[in-house]
Amino acid sequence: MEVALNNNKFLSNIATNDGHGENSPYFDGWKAYDTNPYHPQNNPTGVIQMGLAENQLCFDLIQEWIGRHPQASICTPQGDFGFKEIAIFQDYHGLPQFRAAIANFMSRVRGSRVKFDPDRIVMSGGATGAHETLAFCLANPGEAFLVPTPYYPGFDRDLKWRTGVQLLPVVCESSNNFNVTLEALEKAYDNATESNIKVKGLLLTNPSNPLGTFFDKETLETLVSFINDKNIHLICDEIYAGTVTSHNEFVSIAEILQESPNICKHNLIHIVYSLSKDMGFPGFRVGIIYSYNDTVVNIARKMSSFGLVSTQTQHMVASMLLDNDFVVKFINESRTRLENRHDMFTRELAQVGIGSLESNAGLFFWMDLRRFLKESTFESEMAFWRIIINEIKLNVSPGSSFHCSEPGWFRVCFANMDDETVTVAVSRITSFVLKNKMLEIKTKAKKQCWQKNLHLNLSSRRLEDILSPHSPLNSPMLRAQN
Amino acid sequence: MLSAKITCNSHGQDSSYFIGWEAYEKNPYDEIKNPNGIIQMGLAENQLSFDLLESWLQNNPQPAAFKNHNDQSIFKELALFQDYHGLPAFKNALVRFMSDIRGNTVTFNPNNLVLTAGATSANETLMFCLANPGDAFLIPTPYYPGFDRDLKWRTGAEIVPIQCSSLNGFRITKSALEEAYKQAEKQNLKVKGILVTNPSNPLGTSLSLHELDLLVNFISTKNIHLISDEIYSGTVFNSPSFISIMDVLKNRNLVNTEIAKRVHIVYSLSKDLGLPGFRIGAIYSNDELVVSGATKMSSFGLISSQTQYLLSEILSDNKFTKMYLSENRRRLKERHEMLVQGLQKSGIRCLQSNAGLFCWVDMRHLLSSKTFEGEIELWKKIVYEVGLNISPGSSCHCSEPGWFRVCFANMSEEILVLAMQRVITFVESTVKKNSQSRHQQLLNRNASRRTKSLPKWVFELSFQRELIATDER
Repeated sequence: MEVALNNNKFLSNIATNDGHGENSPYFDGWKAYDTNPYHPQNNPTGVIQMGLAENQLCFDLIQEWIGRHPQASICTPQGDFGFKEIAIFQDYHGLPQFRAAIANFMSRVRGSRVKFDPDRIVMSGGATGAHETLAFCLANPGEAFLVPTPYYPGFDRDLKWRTGVQLLPVVCESSNNFNVTLEALEKAYDNATESNIKVKGLLLTNPSNPLGTFFDKETLETLVSFINDKNIHLICDEIYAGTVTSHNEFVSIAEILQESPNICKHNLIHIVYSLSKDMGFPGFRVGIIYSYNDTVVNIARKMSSFGLVSTQTQHMVASMLLDNDFVVKFINESRTRLENRHDMFTRELAQVGIGSLESNAGLFFWMDLRRFLKESTFESEMAFWRIIINEIKLNVSPGSSFHCSEPGWFRVCFANMDDETVTVAVSRITSFVLKNKMLEIKTKAKKQCWQKNLHLNLSSRRLEDILSPHSPLNSPMLRAQN
Repeated sequence: MLSAKITCNSHGQDSSYFIGWEAYEKNPYDEIKNPNGIIQMGLAENQLSFDLLESWLQNNPQPAAFKNHNDQSIFKELALFQDYHGLPAFKNALVRFMSDIRGNTVTFNPNNLVLTAGATSANETLMFCLANPGDAFLIPTPYYPGFDRDLKWRTGAEIVPIQCSSLNGFRITKSALEEAYKQAEKQNLKVKGILVTNPSNPLGTSLSLHELDLLVNFISTKNIHLISDEIYSGTVFNSPSFISIMDVLKNRNLVNTEIAKRVHIVYSLSKDLGLPGFRIGAIYSNDELVVSGATKMSSFGLISSQTQYLLSEILSDNKFTKMYLSENRRRLKERHEMLVQGLQKSGIRCLQSNAGLFCWVDMRHLLSSKTFEGEIELWKKIVYEVGLNISPGSSCHCSEPGWFRVCFANMSEEILVLAMQRVITFVESTVKKNSQSRHQQLLNRNASRRTKSLPKWVFELSFQRELIATDER
């Protein structure tokens, strides 16, 4: 202990504080999984990882492309861009073909409804690096960004840890499907002002992690007007843009600017992107800052020296994403498979009366497990979460780790496993529900039923059953809702 | 509107180091297309041994193609691998490589290694771990210009120079250390440590045992850290052989002590293997808190798993790495000789060096005035008239004007020969110009000197020696 204390004196404050955020419960589940990971043959009773927002559904397509295009990865001396040229290229502008490929991909992910300028593309060490860099560029220590809750736990580290910047919550509630209201924004902004904290910007994740929803055009326009009025920045993390399921069209901030160029000062708008979710490449560390502010592009580019993308990876990504036939096919197929997986889960879970926020994007559900809590408290949430890990043997992420204002919500990932594992996961949930004599409710899993009603979709007779004093589901939350 | 970091210029990009780069970019030498263009000699790159790597890749095509030894694709596993502890096979291979470079006199524990996106990221990360905003690190001058950005920009840390002088070959002295520490105190800066580059950029020399002992004694007395940036450790091509700080700790029985915990090494494959584009950097520390903190911070700049895998395969081929290290050194030594001798023909001397990808060149006698203005004036002539982008000593924070860093490993032999020819031409014309004006001054001062009977070149040489003699007073 004494040694540790001495060390604390020798190290910086940043190195010895909790700003890395790893003491959050978000990571505890990972640890539980790490010590007892599920494997169909070697460890069939292990914990199934449903806390990792990864996209593993389309590797077959990518692997097939790699097989047919060896020059993308081999860096042969005979190629246009031999090994030597790639290995010595450390210009922080990045390989021109890499930027062109990213701009092309970003455009096609948005249905080619917008174009991106390759000269505004700045590399970063994953979206993690992108967020930190933007915080360094836009805010001084002590200044703040507003961020709607619930939000990705990593933001606490990425935006605050080494920058000294603060994150202030814009509280969103289940009563209106966790939509961001102007009221909530104004409230958060005023609270900051009252506490003498200067707000420098608003951070949105669109589509949202952990909600799996995306903003409609009207809401986006409202948000843009808000930041313009306050003269603060808008950071749009669109890392899940390509995960919007079929038959739904995501509206990017880029489209808003294109359609209504006078809606705000473009200098205030910055997009964060990455290939970690849409393509399933988190290991390759391809993070992107796309800013409409020339100064930010310039300085972020200089800062990118601290987290450039390996040119070996730039070269491969450039080859792949300039192949338009592949890109179009990949994007469409990926969305279809995500939709199928998404629907499979919702159907199965609905059959045992487990509801989730209606969603059309992301690699996860925002699951409503409030009725399983003994009390509507975060302690109960954590207690139930431990049951999920230890008894049901699923690693899911408790809402409190996302700064959700209401207990009982959990993020459950569905795209990081194969079909067989999905079946196992679903059967474990089903068994648990039945075992605990929870109601087995068969519902019609039509999408419109979930639209406004976050509770179990039941006929009114069933609702009375739930509210009966003999029912174990007599939670105050349920009562209050009625 | 934007942060203070955006509007300040601690990124250092206004310095002449970078201006020279820009001049080159606008008018780059090309044998056919632009034979009068600027030759790049300001880039410390190692381009001498790519053929060795390329032939390895041709003989071992699997790793770059995401395949394992059984020819199976591991693309998915690599694409998903984002664990900040790094690929174990890569870390094991890297520590083994680091040990080989040091003649296996020390070994490194892969659990004490943190992977970062280049040494740029490693140095910044160490600053974040060891220094609070306003704290200072002492660095011997001259030093790599990039440190101003890497160590200070986003961290808020300060650099206080340890002034080294040409009088003793720019070696670190005890009094220089103490003077720097005092200077920091005067500026109300808390000194958290010392950072040295060993072998040195821009000097090209490796630290002597005496200097290393001084450093260990100093950090021990002052209770501060020592960062040893050993990014050029694989480029030591001549004696004396490289002595790593780890060697010193071991020989002084300081391993596993509190002092050892305050010694940290930075490494990278950008120089030794010539792979700056791949962003392969590392921090090695004996302090588990530093390792733990730096590991978490590495999330902001991890090495692409694709690259980790390729390098784990290359570095695990011990036969190849041993061959590479010795052949690379041999080629560097040869190239170094070429530059030193080429400059000698022009009457220009270099600091005697045994490592690095550059020479620290003494052009003080070519200055029109012994000031930094004179240095920049000379530098501009060299860049724009002679057509060589070299780095002026002032950009490396050298305390004396007239020194330049000239790189020798980033071009073909032919281009180096051409560069030397350009230097000869330039020096001949400069000496002529200077001699015409100084000749008159000298004659006036020393009327009895008989020079007319001697051949011209003798006069020129002795005249130069005279100039040098007056400089070194």
